[in-house]
Amino acid sequence: MRSSVSRRYVFNRVLLYGAAILLALWTLAPLYLVALAAFSARQATFQWPKPLLPTDFSTDTMEFFANTRGVMGSVGNSVVVALLTIVASLLLGAPGGYALARFRFRGKEAISMGLLISKMFPTAIRAISLAVAFIQMDLYDTIWGVALVHTAMALPFVIIVTAGIFVGVPRDLEEAAQTLGCNRLQAFLRVVMPLALPGLAAAAIFTFVISWNEVFAATILTLRNRTLPAQVLSSLNDSPLYYRYAGGFFMIVPALIFIFLIRRYLLNLWGSISR
Amino acid sequence: MRAKLDSALPYSLLLPTLAFVTLLIVVPIVQAFLLAFQGADGSFTLANFQKMANDTAFADALKFTFLLLIFIVPMQVVLALVMALLIHTRFKGHTFFLYIYAIPLAISDLAAGIAWLSIFTERGYLNSILFQLGFLERPFLFLSYQNLPAMFGTIVVAESWRATAIVMVILLAGLQVIPRDYFEAADVFGATTLKRTLFVVLPLLRPSLQNALIIRTIFAFQTFAVVFALAGRVIPVLAGESYNWYATNRNPGVAAAYAVLVLVFTVIATWFYFRVLKTSAAEAGYD
Repeated sequence: MRSSVSRRYVFNRVLLYGAAILLALWTLAPLYLVALAAFSARQATFQWPKPLLPTDFSTDTMEFFANTRGVMGSVGNSVVVALLTIVASLLLGAPGGYALARFRFRGKEAISMGLLISKMFPTAIRAISLAVAFIQMDLYDTIWGVALVHTAMALPFVIIVTAGIFVGVPRDLEEAAQTLGCNRLQAFLRVVMPLALPGLAAAAIFTFVISWNEVFAATILTLRNRTLPAQVLSSLNDSPLYYRYAGGFFMIVPALIFIFLIRRYLLNLWGSISR
Repeated sequence: MRAKLDSALPYSLLLPTLAFVTLLIVVPIVQAFLLAFQGADGSFTLANFQKMANDTAFADALKFTFLLLIFIVPMQVVLALVMALLIHTRFKGHTFFLYIYAIPLAISDLAAGIAWLSIFTERGYLNSILFQLGFLERPFLFLSYQNLPAMFGTIVVAESWRATAIVMVILLAGLQVIPRDYFEAADVFGATTLKRTLFVVLPLLRPSLQNALIIRTIFAFQTFAVVFALAGRVIPVLAGESYNWYATNRNPGVAAAYAVLVLVFTVIATWFYFRVLKTSAAEAGYD
């Protein structure tokens, strides 16, 4: 009896870990292989059959990509756009999140619902008419225009995420600070902010990922001042395979770093998409 | 004085956001409708929609957008459910596996398409592996216009791979709010893991499943970069055609018509899910 129970236990464990490892390999394989392709020499693209181990490690492909006209500029644009988006969406969104977390007021439900709905509108329907409007406003083909659109995309998420963060900061502490002579703003800056900071940092990184990955609007709204995804997408049809592999790898790396940084907040951040 | 200030404060805190969202979401959507339905002289017209419907790629774009949806969304939900249930058993090392499964969260559809391109291309890694194992004598053409089902399959794989992570996180968040008692009660009554999953966990998970389905369906209508990366324009999709009409054909009117169509499908799908899943949830008595 005892041995059959433990045998069943061992069997279940093997099944569990087997499935977990298999799914992990499924997730990691494409990342490993595109990295392998990006760090092979350019001629290796046409090699047959391809080795599955990094036997011919080379930075040739990556150097070619980085030195291609427009690429480093687009990386710079992507970073600047993402930083502008973070600053704008936190400055605009965090106060809104605080309001939703702390106050009861008429129209609160309607506003939350409106924000929820605004996340659902397809990018295409916003980007196309904005491109037309931006041409008239001299915002077309500028990083400012792209950052504006990315901020609009990120804002509903930022409000909902920051509201969750502020709910987590005990109201008692804020009220205690106010009885001890702080006004509302001081209480917010000295008591609430320090406690909310880690969550806000995670929200900032989340916003970075939204902006860094966005391709449709960025491609529609720019012509020469491309972001990295826009640059790669618009040259997809007339670029060699190794250029695309390097571009793909280049886009993936920051994402990997950031997901590692905010791993504790994964469920809260992406889970909040669904609320 | 104080009370008055307080009553105005939440509105003034929300004002910048509401102004911004109105200017950059509401106004553009109204303008997109004008673009799509207005002629050059400002009068109402269906010319853009006629042009869209008469385009050779239109029927295919419609067909492939829905086919992708039908294949990708269930695959994502099943894979994500397995991942979420595995993680939720909290086996030793589960956080490590959670981070790995979550990696595609931060990867764009364009980058995902390119990563799978390195696998499916003629002299790519999949053909190399199959050749070295002796299954193939020469490369199989996954990405040829002469083999549309295979090409379609590569898109399904790549997009499922990427967006499974989003569904997993939503489902896992949903699993975590189910009280442990339910699991324990099922165990006490001797339910097997399979029975417990089917009859206890899945019904309780319905709100999260509904959210995941709505979100993935909405985004499935917008799929385009992963398709471009793997299939170019051989497999057209609605969002991709919208992009092409704007960027290549320089015709914002038809591009906006496509965008309006995507929006209409989005609204219908959302309504459908709320209606179908809400009623059945209420009937089952879980609401």
